[in-house]
Amino acid sequence: MPYAIQTHHLTKAYNSFKAVDDLEIAVERGEIFGLLGPNGAGKTTTVSMLCTILKPSSGTATVSGFDLVREANKVRRSIGIVFQDPSIDDRLTARENLYMHANLYGVAASEQRERVDRILKLVELEDRADDLLRTYSGGMRRRLELGRGLLHYPKILFLDEPTVGLDPQTRDHIWKYIKELKEAHDITVVLTTHYMDEADRLSDRIAIMDHGRIVILDTPEKLKANLEGDVVTVRANNLEELSHLVSKWLGLNKTKVVDGALEITVPSAKAAMPRIMEIASQNNVYVESLVSRGPNLEDVFLHYTGRTIREDTTKELHGLAAAHRRTIR
Amino acid sequence: MTEIRALYTLILREIKRFLRDRARIVISFVQPLLWLVVFAAGFGARIAIPGIEYQQYLFPGIIGQTLLFTSMFMGVSVIWDKEFGFMKEVLVAPVSRFTIFLGKMFGDSTAAMLQGVIVFAFGFILGIPFDPLTLFAALPIMLLITFGLVSLGLIIASFIGSLENFGAVQTFVNLPLFFLSGALFPITGAGTPEWLRTAAMFNPLTYGIDALRSVILGSAWVPMNSLAVDIAVVGLFDLAMIVVGTWAFSRMGKK
Repeated sequence: MPYAIQTHHLTKAYNSFKAVDDLEIAVERGEIFGLLGPNGAGKTTTVSMLCTILKPSSGTATVSGFDLVREANKVRRSIGIVFQDPSIDDRLTARENLYMHANLYGVAASEQRERVDRILKLVELEDRADDLLRTYSGGMRRRLELGRGLLHYPKILFLDEPTVGLDPQTRDHIWKYIKELKEAHDITVVLTTHYMDEADRLSDRIAIMDHGRIVILDTPEKLKANLEGDVVTVRANNLEELSHLVSKWLGLNKTKVVDGALEITVPSAKAAMPRIMEIASQNNVYVESLVSRGPNLEDVFLHYTGRTIREDTTKELHGLAAAHRRTIR
Repeated sequence: MTEIRALYTLILREIKRFLRDRARIVISFVQPLLWLVVFAAGFGARIAIPGIEYQQYLFPGIIGQTLLFTSMFMGVSVIWDKEFGFMKEVLVAPVSRFTIFLGKMFGDSTAAMLQGVIVFAFGFILGIPFDPLTLFAALPIMLLITFGLVSLGLIIASFIGSLENFGAVQTFVNLPLFFLSGALFPITGAGTPEWLRTAAMFNPLTYGIDALRSVILGSAWVPMNSLAVDIAVVGLFDLAMIVVGTWAFSRMGKK
């Protein structure tokens, strides 16, 4: 069976800087494909090319079997997009925005009313359907954009950072929608995000992207399992000493201090915890607490890129500013 | 068929947006009134145009001026759409760039025309001597003028990223087109510097306003060109702008 999306050496270069570098991915039909990476990793650039907004510098791709460049209009007809930044007309009502979308995508006039009503119901905006969007909250606008992306029955839905800047409750809500939509409409979803939990919760497969390249691609479960490591977090009166001692036992680069606690990566927490206690007491280090957890995507990301996704705080602020804009508008 | 429905929905959107922007409509009434009342009174006392009163002479010019300023300003809708992201929704739609451009152009032209018609009404209220029925002859000419100028505004806006820059470039384009169009003073006749006359010949608005005077002032006005020549020049300008506009919209976003 042909893939929903397949790229061949897809590249986007700005002068000498390669935003997307020789990308080779194949997205299966019907899966939620997560593109995870820090801001600036090339996720949005990739999606922009796949949506025909940006022209690739070199390489090509097929989307729903159509060539990205030669059959751009057919590609456009077969995809739905929810952009990272808002893309609705806030001087129009929700209903007007949906009708306009239906007309732009050639939905038959006889079907429009039913579909618009269905979408409004799906995203729970029936009550506010005839209010101007400028009176909507950020979460409501986001929901409308999600619904709009589905109005013309796309085969593939692109979600570019769908929950940036939304409050936890709304994010939860939107995640629920995405899962339901995928089940109900049997579509392929390409999701970009820099939120680990979002990628983990939603994706069937995750591609970790960094510096325009795919670092690793697998299911979230396998990505975590492949790390073969638990993390033990220790709070103690002398972290430096303990770190030094544990390093002698486990080797270098297995420990790091985070928020006043020592995080130790071990093959098995069960076996390691008594040993850590023993080392500590033998050397007069007083342990206050000892907690273990399985690896999460944050560890996976750290393992494959050598840094945490959150190191990019300025970019995070960028996202917040975008969210702020979304809320006021 | 799909393209026609897309065109319809894009035009409808522009008109709805315009009609919901009450403040802009009200403010736009003020400028033509100032020209027709204050400027006409002061300037008219110092200038003599054979055969007609200055206010009468100025009236078609101010219709042209209103069309010029409002049409060019309509380009702002492109800046807004880029800034607020809606442009992306349109650009990823399976609709030809020609249709997208035409949708914006026709929609914004309708809004600009509305203001041109309002100036017509002002002329009537102020008691400027002209036959109100000439409105029907003037409308197609006004429409032709508007198409080209709205297109020019859209083209400029498609190249510009910010509202501030758009304002600056607009003034830079608007004022020369206005002053060199014969809207305020005759650009033919004895004593007019040769360079001014030559420059005005390259201004499409010169022909548009000349045509407006021909139909509104009737036999009282001695036209520069025949109506056919005026209309042909404005029409060619429109066609050229639509071609360039479609190209400008095709390259938008595809950096």
